Amino acid sequence: MTRANFPRWLLVPAVLGALLVAVPIGAMALTVDWANFGALITSEASRAALWLSLRTAAASTVFCLLLGIPLALVLARTSGTAATLLRSLVLLPLVLPPVVGGIALLQAFGRRGILGHTLDVLGLEIAFSTTAVVIAQTFVAMPFLVLSLEGALRAAGTRYEDVAATLGAGPTTVFTRVTLPLALPGLVSGTILAFARCLGEFGATITFAGSLQGTTRTLPLEIYLQREGDPRAAVALSLVLVAVAVLVIGFTRARPGSLSAGTS
Amino acid sequence: MSLEVDVAVPERDVEVAFTVETGETLALLGPNGAGKSTVLAAIAGLIARSGTVRLDDMTLADESTGTHLRPHERGIALLAQEARLFPHLTAGDNVAFGPRAHGQSRRDAHTTAVRWLEEVGMTAYADRRPHELSGGQQQRVAIARALATEPRVLLVDEPLSALDVESAPEIRDLLRRVLATRTTVLVTHEVLDAALLADRVAVIDAGRIVDLGDTARVLGRPRSDFGARFAGLNLVRGVAVGEALRMPDGRLLHGLAEVPLTDGSPAAAVVAPSAVSVHLDHPHGSPRNSLAATVVDLEPHAHLVRVRTDVLSADITAAAVAELGLARGNPVVLSVKATEVHLHPA
Repeated sequence: MTRANFPRWLLVPAVLGALLVAVPIGAMALTVDWANFGALITSEASRAALWLSLRTAAASTVFCLLLGIPLALVLARTSGTAATLLRSLVLLPLVLPPVVGGIALLQAFGRRGILGHTLDVLGLEIAFSTTAVVIAQTFVAMPFLVLSLEGALRAAGTRYEDVAATLGAGPTTVFTRVTLPLALPGLVSGTILAFARCLGEFGATITFAGSLQGTTRTLPLEIYLQREGDPRAAVALSLVLVAVAVLVIGFTRARPGSLSAGTS
Repeated sequence: MSLEVDVAVPERDVEVAFTVETGETLALLGPNGAGKSTVLAAIAGLIARSGTVRLDDMTLADESTGTHLRPHERGIALLAQEARLFPHLTAGDNVAFGPRAHGQSRRDAHTTAVRWLEEVGMTAYADRRPHELSGGQQQRVAIARALATEPRVLLVDEPLSALDVESAPEIRDLLRRVLATRTTVLVTHEVLDAALLADRVAVIDAGRIVDLGDTARVLGRPRSDFGARFAGLNLVRGVAVGEALRMPDGRLLHGLAEVPLTDGSPAAAVVAPSAVSVHLDHPHGSPRNSLAATVVDLEPHAHLVRVRTDVLSADITAAAVAELGLARGNPVVLSVKATEVHLHPA
């Protein structure tokens, strides 16, 4: 760490802020039942929850990419009132309590939701299924990808796209061979952030998808449940998620400027 | 076969119309910020502007019919001030980008790229990324990239202004070679670029073409004050009287008319500052023009000093300035031979 110029007294709240994060994490690592750690995190319920979490988070991240990349491009390349409104709408899940997101999803796709009947006719029942988990995760995580990628697209500008067009490249070629590669750092950090958010999703999932072992009970839900039955298992599983989070941060930090590239 | 342009850029108050014949290079000469680049963007189709752009029998843009071909459908390549090489591709892949976009196979595009990199002397750098190249090298690759698409028209926007003084002449030579047979619109504020690269020059002042003609004529016998300033020449307007020009103050400037002038018709005289000499008194003997004037300004000009007066500017040595003891506001007498005064209709 290099010495910077700032008022010395700022160090006090800064250290307190760091401790607020460090003490609970440290406490968890100190109090976990290391002797039975392996057994605790490999119980059948735990393994089912972890496997479900990984599968749904991966699927949700793919949907975030499929829907979020076009959204980010539209937002980055348009201006005006409509674009501002669209941006606010897309970013809404970012500031919304996840449980409210879950309620909203139920009102749309639940059995009594406005689309419920239509889905029923089509033979689709979404609420309280693994599909619902994926929808909930995509709902809350997509803004992370959109925000990060839109920033990268804006920063890259249209100068290279213009050149590519005058070289005879059609819009699709320009998009795949110039636009996306130039925004890759923002895309990668956005994808990692979205994946992490999917993995940690709790509120919208439990509201919209419920908590059925092996079907909708992801790792955060399992942890919440174990807190009542077997607190030692809850702590051990929490530590697993901490490890995943540390890995995710490591991934983003390993790419210089990737986190900041999204928002600068 | 020709490129016909008639476009207006209202937000910059630019309205220009010109035709470029096949194989010809037309320079749009004007100051920075005059909207010249916007005209190029309109020709390339990057922005929609009112007016028409036609290439041979094809209408690229026509406001009245709502036609607006997209940039990739026009076959017009744009060479910008900065090279704008794709940073994620090697020099070779940058050049191969256009041929690939035009449907060439990977191998054919590679062959095309190799050929054009050789043409611009960059074969050894094919595998380098743009950030590993100097500004001049990047511009060479950009030229190869633009030409590799075999564009029907090449638009060149101040290609040398972002380069250092060492690499600019090399790139100018390269452009001179590759533009020779290509239909090109060149935008520049450098009179040297126009002189060396263009067949014809259009001088743009305040958003309008004020002079348009063969390069030698526009730069040697400018018809606009603006063009004369660009070419570094004196332009005096007045009325033709025999083999002389009656200036607004009533005095006569004797010269040679290149085409017969009608007495009483508006005319202009072009005089090179190097042909004007400065004295403190009326000189004895031959020069037919000797005019009393007042020094307005003195400024360095190459190795000489440009003496601006209320009549003509003169280029004289610093030693002469010292000997004459010139300062702003001094009365002087300017003399210039009639054979150095070129008269033409205005």
